[in-house]
Amino acid sequence: MKELNPIFITVLQVVIVLAIAPVFIGWLNMLKCWSQGRSSAGLLQPYRDIAKLFVKDIVLAKNASWIFRFTPYLVFSVPVVASVIIPIISTNLLLSPTADIIVLIALFATARFFTALAGMDIGTAFGGMGASREMMIASLTEPAILMAIFTVSLAGKSTSLAHIAQVFASSVPIMRPSLVFAAIAFAVVILVEGGRIPVDNPSTHLELTMVHEAMILEYSGRHLALIEWGSMMRVFLFVTLGVACFVPWGIAKTGNITEIALSFFFMIIKVGIIGAGIVFVETGIAKMRLFRLTEFLGGAFLMATLGMLSFFILE
Amino acid sequence: MILSPINLAIFSIVLLFVPVLLCALIRQNPLVLRVMAFSLAAFASFLSFIAGLWTLSSGVTNQLILPIGLPALPFHLRLDPLAGFFLMVVGLLAFFVSIYSIGYVQGLGTKRPISRLIVFYNLFIVGMLCVILADDALSFLIAWEFMAGASYFLVLFEDEHVENRRAAFLYLVIAHIGAMAILLAFGVMAGVATGFGNFDGYTFDSMRQATFSPQWATVAFVLAFFGFAAKAGVIPLHVWLPEAHPVAPSNVSALMSGVMLKTAIYGIVRVTFDLLGSFPWWWGALVLVLGLISAVMGVLYALMQHDLKKLLAYHSVENIGIILIGIGLAMIFTSFKFTTMAALALIAGLYHTLNHAMFKGLLFMGAGAVVHATHERNMDEMGGLIHHMPWTAVFFLVGCISISALPPFNGFVSEWLTFQAFLLSPSLPAPLMKLIIPLGAALLALTGALAAACFVKVFGVTFLGHWRGHNRPHIYETCWPMRIGMMLAAMSCLLLGIVPTFLVNLLDGIAETMVGSKLNVAASGTYNWMWLTPMQPERASYSGFIVLIGIIITISIAYLLFHLKSGKIQRGDIWDCGFEKLNHNMQYNAISFSMPIRRIFGFYFNIRERVRLMPQLTSPAFPLKLYYNLRVRDRFWGWIYKPIIEAAFGISRQMGKLQQGQIHLYLIYSFVTIIVLLAVVL
Repeated sequence: MKELNPIFITVLQVVIVLAIAPVFIGWLNMLKCWSQGRSSAGLLQPYRDIAKLFVKDIVLAKNASWIFRFTPYLVFSVPVVASVIIPIISTNLLLSPTADIIVLIALFATARFFTALAGMDIGTAFGGMGASREMMIASLTEPAILMAIFTVSLAGKSTSLAHIAQVFASSVPIMRPSLVFAAIAFAVVILVEGGRIPVDNPSTHLELTMVHEAMILEYSGRHLALIEWGSMMRVFLFVTLGVACFVPWGIAKTGNITEIALSFFFMIIKVGIIGAGIVFVETGIAKMRLFRLTEFLGGAFLMATLGMLSFFILE
Repeated sequence: MILSPINLAIFSIVLLFVPVLLCALIRQNPLVLRVMAFSLAAFASFLSFIAGLWTLSSGVTNQLILPIGLPALPFHLRLDPLAGFFLMVVGLLAFFVSIYSIGYVQGLGTKRPISRLIVFYNLFIVGMLCVILADDALSFLIAWEFMAGASYFLVLFEDEHVENRRAAFLYLVIAHIGAMAILLAFGVMAGVATGFGNFDGYTFDSMRQATFSPQWATVAFVLAFFGFAAKAGVIPLHVWLPEAHPVAPSNVSALMSGVMLKTAIYGIVRVTFDLLGSFPWWWGALVLVLGLISAVMGVLYALMQHDLKKLLAYHSVENIGIILIGIGLAMIFTSFKFTTMAALALIAGLYHTLNHAMFKGLLFMGAGAVVHATHERNMDEMGGLIHHMPWTAVFFLVGCISISALPPFNGFVSEWLTFQAFLLSPSLPAPLMKLIIPLGAALLALTGALAAACFVKVFGVTFLGHWRGHNRPHIYETCWPMRIGMMLAAMSCLLLGIVPTFLVNLLDGIAETMVGSKLNVAASGTYNWMWLTPMQPERASYSGFIVLIGIIITISIAYLLFHLKSGKIQRGDIWDCGFEKLNHNMQYNAISFSMPIRRIFGFYFNIRERVRLMPQLTSPAFPLKLYYNLRVRDRFWGWIYKPIIEAAFGISRQMGKLQQGQIHLYLIYSFVTIIVLLAVVL
């Protein structure tokens, strides 16, 4: 039995995130096509999209400032940094103490902050609209995220992801009511942060419904490729974040090579099932009107709070 | 004279009087006066920063009795770690702002002499330093009034506008109501300390040694908290802040918002933890709840503003709220004797105190540069400044990221520490608090996210896009002293964000003296300065340094891989989905940006929105013009202040009826008074 170095595992995780995130998006699109009775472009279509964008030239608006050119690189770099920290295939990571779950959420918020600024940089109505809506949705989601984290950290007695995953993975897999409520809230968070229906539609360019797309409308070429790749990784990482917090069973706790291979296999299955769940929601409900989101996100907050209360009352 | 922290601090205070004298000596040459006065102020502030840092790192307490003041009531001065920390905060920001002022004051024009600004600016810093050094009620209150008076004249600097005079008056009234409450609080404490027998109780030392009965302690605390809250701008006593800060010159707003509000925080910590010592949990709950209300309401009000400086002033309300959340939690934990947790919460609050001083000072300095360049405070008349003021834009952006609590800058560190303190609250023994306090964490998260939304708006509308106003002045970048002042503040925002352990270790000394426990974040291991681990390492840890390095490395790799391979960038017109008739009026502005939030949280405000269409006579379907009028008002003004003002006017009108101007009436009044007094005596 060969033991893998934690540094190697960390690098492996980055490679996995960079490589699997487009496949995951391809999986979502494929399921969506099937459920709507269309034939799909295959699992690897997102790769082809990114590759095509990378060879294209950039056309930049005349008044674009450095913020507009810097944002794609930041949007790409934040998920890469996060993939060093989130336990995806193993909890034995070199740099997992760098950031706990609160820091991770805030790191993604930094990327969002810059995306919103880039949306306002050119001075179009669409960009400002996207930025305004995105920040509004984000501010309503934040309390729900925090309450979900609170519940998880109560049960795991930590906010460090690797530690939470380790504690839960070594416990008996039972349904704890507090975690079920928190998981429901976190599922909503995944939909919001991933920009999926019913909050936002990633495949629309209709002005009334755009949120994330409206901000990045002016991007082209490799800038757009980096942003697209970054947002794919973001969706994937939020899903793995949910996995690490709520269903970490099967994750490797050591650097044992077979354990890691097994853990990778489990991760693919878990992520695939969650992807199917996302598609189920997306095809099941229509996109919500912007001001209906208050109730939707308020519901998520309520769920997370219920989770916390049930922890105190039942456990 | 031996070189000790307190002597250094006193020396810096004496040095601050030199610019005041300079004003009298070299009035003819404003350039020399300006440069010399503010350089000296910067030097003196730096010395007081050193004095504070020295005290904090050595952990010693210096005391001194100055034989000035009333006979038999000399001034007591004391520099302990807590005072040292606040001395450091005031000194550091005053240092940056003084450098900035060398350039800024030039732009104030030649209409009025700058000597008035120089005199009150220096006296204002002197007042703040003396408040922190004071160790008896008398000198504290004298310094407090000194500070309030000097800042009143600074707010009134551009006194030709009615709104400035009105704002300054409002500030003076609320400052004095607060000062009265503080005076009464000290009176109660001094009285109890000596059993209302003599005057010896006025020193803080005798208050420290006294034991207070719960009733008297509560009276003293409530009065003191009310007084300090009026200065700090805690909701509902915040109304003066958004009036006074915008009209003062920006260097003064930076100091008022960045550090003057902090003297009130100092007062709260000093009175509760140090002078009164022990307290019931509900005091902490009161501070916590008011802190939460201030944080959420402050940021919501800020979102509704389109006046740049008014918006920043409301953000001060928010940040004072965040600081009070930390202090309130520390009080609750202390009252249940969870000293390590109390240390964490107190350090979080104090850390945010320094952070807020840095980023709010930076933002007000940046706002000063913007207002100076555009002659405009309304953000909706700005836009695209990043192309004309690249340096200011970068520094302002640093301030925006820091205040929005985003890693790896400093605002995030203190909010993260506050969250960690919140996460520990379930170990409290009272079941009700276990359930209620975590909801506070959700409100804090909401505050942080709304602040981010607000600063996307501020930076996006002011610095990005196209110019939104009608006529566009020629805009230049600011001069070097202003840039250096802002750069230093921006650098401290970054440093406090990536290497927080240094300051947390220093703050440990305060926690030890105030709540009796330490955090020991850097207990063991190499490279321990990189990791901020407030409790056990497996509980939570954060390394802003590694996060920053990681981001820099990945960005560089991505840039090298993708940009250098084919770095071609073609510049073209705006695409905008192929829409051709785009003009600059179609951009989002401050009012439209906050519209979704205004709609969701609208019930907190008094909003009046009026839309009027001017139809074309020939074809009514195509209107010529649209008038949009929005007025957002603070509800507290109508709820609390207006009734009080009306009642005051009503009473004085009734009293005025006594004065008829006829001599025989006044004679009758005197006669009746004498009869009544005689009746009482006999």
